[in-house]
Amino acid sequence: MSDQGTKLNPRRSFIAAAGAGVAGLGFTVIAPGLHLMAVGEANAATEARKVGSAASPAVRWGLLIDANKCAPGCTKCIDACHTENGVSEKLPDPRQNSQWIRKIELVDRRNGRVTQLPMMCQHCANPPCVDVCPTGASMKRADGIVLVDRHTCIGCRYCMMACPYKARSFVHTPLHDQNPEVPRGQGCVESCTLCVHRVDKGQQPACVESCPAGAMMFGDLNDPGSDIAKRIASVPTTQVRADLRLNPGVRYQGL
Amino acid sequence: MSMFTSNPSQQESRFYLLAAIGGLVSAIGVAAALYMEHEGHVVTGMNNQFVWGLPHVVSIFLIITASGVLNVASMGSVFGRALYKSRAPLSGLLGIAMMTGGLAVIMLDLGRADRGIVAATHVNLTSVFGWNMILYPVFYGLVAVYLWTLMERRMNPYSKAAGLATFVWRVILTSGTGSIFAFLVARQAYGTALLAPMFIVMSFAWGLAIFIPVQAGMYASSGEKLPPLVHQRMKNLLATFIAAVLYLTAVLHLANAYFAKNIAFETFILFDSEFAGMFWIGQVLVGSLLPLALLFHPATSTRTLWVNVAALLVIVGAYFHLYVFIIGGQAFPLDIFPGYDVKSSFMDGAVDHYTASLPEILLSLGGLGIAFTITLIGVRALTFLPHDDLAKLEAAGAD
Repeated sequence: MSDQGTKLNPRRSFIAAAGAGVAGLGFTVIAPGLHLMAVGEANAATEARKVGSAASPAVRWGLLIDANKCAPGCTKCIDACHTENGVSEKLPDPRQNSQWIRKIELVDRRNGRVTQLPMMCQHCANPPCVDVCPTGASMKRADGIVLVDRHTCIGCRYCMMACPYKARSFVHTPLHDQNPEVPRGQGCVESCTLCVHRVDKGQQPACVESCPAGAMMFGDLNDPGSDIAKRIASVPTTQVRADLRLNPGVRYQGL
Repeated sequence: MSMFTSNPSQQESRFYLLAAIGGLVSAIGVAAALYMEHEGHVVTGMNNQFVWGLPHVVSIFLIITASGVLNVASMGSVFGRALYKSRAPLSGLLGIAMMTGGLAVIMLDLGRADRGIVAATHVNLTSVFGWNMILYPVFYGLVAVYLWTLMERRMNPYSKAAGLATFVWRVILTSGTGSIFAFLVARQAYGTALLAPMFIVMSFAWGLAIFIPVQAGMYASSGEKLPPLVHQRMKNLLATFIAAVLYLTAVLHLANAYFAKNIAFETFILFDSEFAGMFWIGQVLVGSLLPLALLFHPATSTRTLWVNVAALLVIVGAYFHLYVFIIGGQAFPLDIFPGYDVKSSFMDGAVDHYTASLPEILLSLGGLGIAFTITLIGVRALTFLPHDDLAKLEAAGAD
């Protein structure tokens, strides 16, 4: 599992080659807009990233969520996320509000078992949102965190159509009083950043820190010695829509 | 049709009136887009469930049809059919006009429409939308060169080569439009390679359905009569394309329904939703079966009026087709947890309803206005009315 995140995705290579073929009919050379693969030293799972150093491809940040511990009615992770990231707009049509993280209630059709869990960007190793983004604004950082570059997002929403998890939101209204560490923008698409600004300082994502039941665990999936990797190695975990082979960085226990 | 015939001064005033109407509708559309940009998409009916709305229905219709209307030119230049060759310039003009209208709507609907230069300079080649940054400009260039080779006598010898290049390019372009949806990995309504060829056939049908009434209007306006031979050939071709779209639609839904995982979606879209009526009545009956009946029934098939009615019904059907496809496809919840009943604060597991707001409707109409105005001015400024050598056509076996 750990090496899948850094392997070149054959599907993406194929589409890029096909795209280059189409481009070649009209142009001699077209270069992709963005190269963000960085080479650097691996960060330890809980270490802050040094200022000026690139994110390391040796690390794959991820989450393990224990659905058995997720309490009905509890929205602490949502509140913490939205406070941390300055997601505060309350529009008359709730479907136009951004939801970086949401609680989902599942009822198993076979036996009626009810499960609660938080759902957010799954930080896929092979993210469809990155494949379809026309400008390269949707990107995967070397350490596996999937982000949107607010400077190059044109607001076409193709990534929202492509995301299997409905994890992305479009900013429908002008924004005020933003958190300086988390720039957002009207007309751009956004989603969970895994609190990248906190992770880079060696902190945990806000949702993980806020969970009173300790249902969420954050860490480096690539480090066999990390708590998250050890737990994943020892208990059955689930990738949501594993059939799509997107290799999400968020895993669920008790689903 | 005699109501259209008039003296030159009346024609002059009619042109200015129509140009003013077209210009006004276009300007209102642009104003609506500016309002959306200023206030945000909160003033639209689109949201995080219905990511794409009415502007996408209309712009994708215009883009598909722009490619398809060029089929008339291809029949002439690529396949050597004399009847269609004289219509190639009009077909090229309509292609440029509709493409411009379609692109204007989709670009003006962007969350950051001011970042057009970013879109043009940052091209991600794994994205079909990224390909569009190449596909559309080259389309314009090829059609412009093609029109030049058709309308400038010295360049006529190159028209076949230019026509062939245009033909190949628009097949690629429309495959790209279909692939926008074909490449969506997780949505039940999309994600099938059938969509690329299906969009090409849709473009043939809808393009011809636009061409026929525009041609009729031009003939009527200039007081000339469309030769019955031309009329007969075009209506047969239109009927063939309508039947082909209907066939592919049936294959798409049957194949989807065969997969257990997609039965719930197919039941929803075909029988158990607001889209079922749009599909059966709008798309199938009004957009396909009725036009086919009009084009084949002996009482109507020989009359220009009814062939035009059939073509307009195909356009109405095209609207329903794309509305059901784009809006209906998003109304059904994503199956994120197969085997579970799901609910959340974000419409998970729930069927949703979309209503277009006024700014969206005006922006969409603006795209139609832009296409109309460009066509009107083009027809006025240059010679696009087809002139047929009937004796030659009949001698060639009416091809």
